[in-house]
Amino acid sequence: MTIDREKLLDIYTRTMKVARTDEKFRGLLAGGSLAVIYYTVRGQELVSAAMMAALEPSDYLVTTYRGQHDQIAKGVPLNLLFAEIAGKATGTCKGKGGSMHITHPDSGVMVTTGVVGSGLPIANGLALASQNRGDGRVTVTCFGDGATNIGAFHEAMNMAQLWKLPVIFFCQNNRYGEHTAFADHTKVESIVARAAAYGMKGVQVDGNDAEAMYTVAKEAVDRARAGDGPTLIEAMCYRMMGHFFGADFSYMPKEHLAEMAAADPLPRLRALMLDYQFTESELDAIVAGIDAEVDAAWDFAAESPLPDVSEIRKDVFEEEIAA
Amino acid sequence: MSKISMVKAINCAIDEAMAEDEGVILLGEDVAAKQGGGVFKISSGLTEKYGEHRIRATPISEQAIMGACVGAALAGFRPIAEIMLMNFVTVCMDQIVNHAAKLRFMSGGQTNVPLVIRTTTGVGVGFGGQHSDMLEAWFAHVPGLKIVTPSNPADAQGLMRSAIACNDPVIFIENILCYGMMAEAPEPGHRVPLGKAAVTREGSDCSIITYGRTVIDAVAVADQLAEEGISVEVIDLRTIAPYDEETVLASVRKTGRGVVLHEAVKAYGTGAEISARLHEALFNELKAPVQRIGGAFSAVPMANALEQAWIPSKDGIKAAVRTTMNWKK
Repeated sequence: MTIDREKLLDIYTRTMKVARTDEKFRGLLAGGSLAVIYYTVRGQELVSAAMMAALEPSDYLVTTYRGQHDQIAKGVPLNLLFAEIAGKATGTCKGKGGSMHITHPDSGVMVTTGVVGSGLPIANGLALASQNRGDGRVTVTCFGDGATNIGAFHEAMNMAQLWKLPVIFFCQNNRYGEHTAFADHTKVESIVARAAAYGMKGVQVDGNDAEAMYTVAKEAVDRARAGDGPTLIEAMCYRMMGHFFGADFSYMPKEHLAEMAAADPLPRLRALMLDYQFTESELDAIVAGIDAEVDAAWDFAAESPLPDVSEIRKDVFEEEIAA
Repeated sequence: MSKISMVKAINCAIDEAMAEDEGVILLGEDVAAKQGGGVFKISSGLTEKYGEHRIRATPISEQAIMGACVGAALAGFRPIAEIMLMNFVTVCMDQIVNHAAKLRFMSGGQTNVPLVIRTTTGVGVGFGGQHSDMLEAWFAHVPGLKIVTPSNPADAQGLMRSAIACNDPVIFIENILCYGMMAEAPEPGHRVPLGKAAVTREGSDCSIITYGRTVIDAVAVADQLAEEGISVEVIDLRTIAPYDEETVLASVRKTGRGVVLHEAVKAYGTGAEISARLHEALFNELKAPVQRIGGAFSAVPMANALEQAWIPSKDGIKAAVRTTMNWKK
């Protein structure tokens, strides 16, 4: 046992909240109750849960369109999340953002971007504000392996290290950039190898190992909070489905699919919970409680009103656009 | 009366805002004291007063500069991003167009981006195709951005104060050729509201609607045409988008004739939008079709002979006014 038992329980709860929400959404989409673009996070539940469990609620998060695990693990209320994705007036963003733009400052979720790599420079700015204010906040920015080949990644990494910003670059290496396998888009063996190019501390970790993932996350958070600068974390994981819900993923080789199934974080975390002396019935009760919350959140979304069309004129600027 | 240059006026506005609010910071290439206070000296003396944590000289990384300013703005700061030349904004369009402009809307008003993007440009100094463009029309087409450009030092100071105080992103375009322009210094704290045009010169026969450096040309042309008995009104938009439609429509309703003038390429420029709006709103009142004048449809050439032919000329402006005056229905 390498981490605190209560902390592991926290990670388990966050992981299952992500997993059960994702499963609910996939059911709604498959059953036709919902028809929206949806990027499933199946396979990446634990990496996020362990990272966010190392943060304070007031810490900032910047994530991407495949970010539902990050948002839920950071604390976005499920009813607001479901309502937003369903395009309802009661959603986090009044239905104006959708799954690719979930924003909830009360949970520290400042930006969700639909543009690969664009969150990294923005995270630097949030961290810069914290550095100037001395408020002790840490900013985490999540992205995939595919984002490390866009210019914004390199510019942001260099600037963050130059200014020793309290920011964590959290690469969830799920082995695919959209439909392109890692080896077909990147020549270096690992993302973490790139940290050296900026003089930055970089750590690679098995993201599906809850103890290791949390330990690495906590160290990076402590470093940033102490003013010792940024860390690049490369959390190895798998995207267990296609690029978006319903998308074909037959391009993934058989060997990759087998490797991925064997690494599934959910059964692995459950086994670890039992090692930590949690009982099957305790874990089942936690999941049942989450399922009730998830169902209630969808009911809230389904019953919520649609946004009024006048919303088109609001929030373009501070002042409303004339009709 | 003390005189002030446009460079000093902008410097004063930033200085005043920084003194009032710790959240006002400046990021850009070469902007700190160690690098001489910026290529055009806009931030001269500010590092000594406010420190390197607020006047941050950056690597040559426009995406990182703009992203950092967007992030700091989301956290409640009022950052100023200096993009040395307007053509270089093309390197960070994603941060401006997909993020700064849209985050307020896409978050349902939970967040906003009180950011000023200062940038310099101008035709007439031989900087050629990648250092001279006026790209305001690109940004005017993006909901969520405000675009401002001053034509004189007092407006530069007043508009900059208002831009910094604005709770939405503002693109502040400075014309290199106006930097040395001297005029009476405004009172400390001087502000010019965004979205409010100035009637720079009153007239009754034809309205020239323009902004930035070409305001100077328009006033000169108006003076010359007055000798021929043609009374020209000059409207300085000051805020290009969203522009002061009320003042523009009132002027053209009064004169019955309009010429829209800008340094940017004429085709698909802001002049097309304003002209279209005038025809929609005042079709029956117009005595002649609204004329447009702008830059030629080519990259800005380097050779002075070509550059002077590229840019709108005073003769061209006069000819456009005469076209409206001589129009026979």
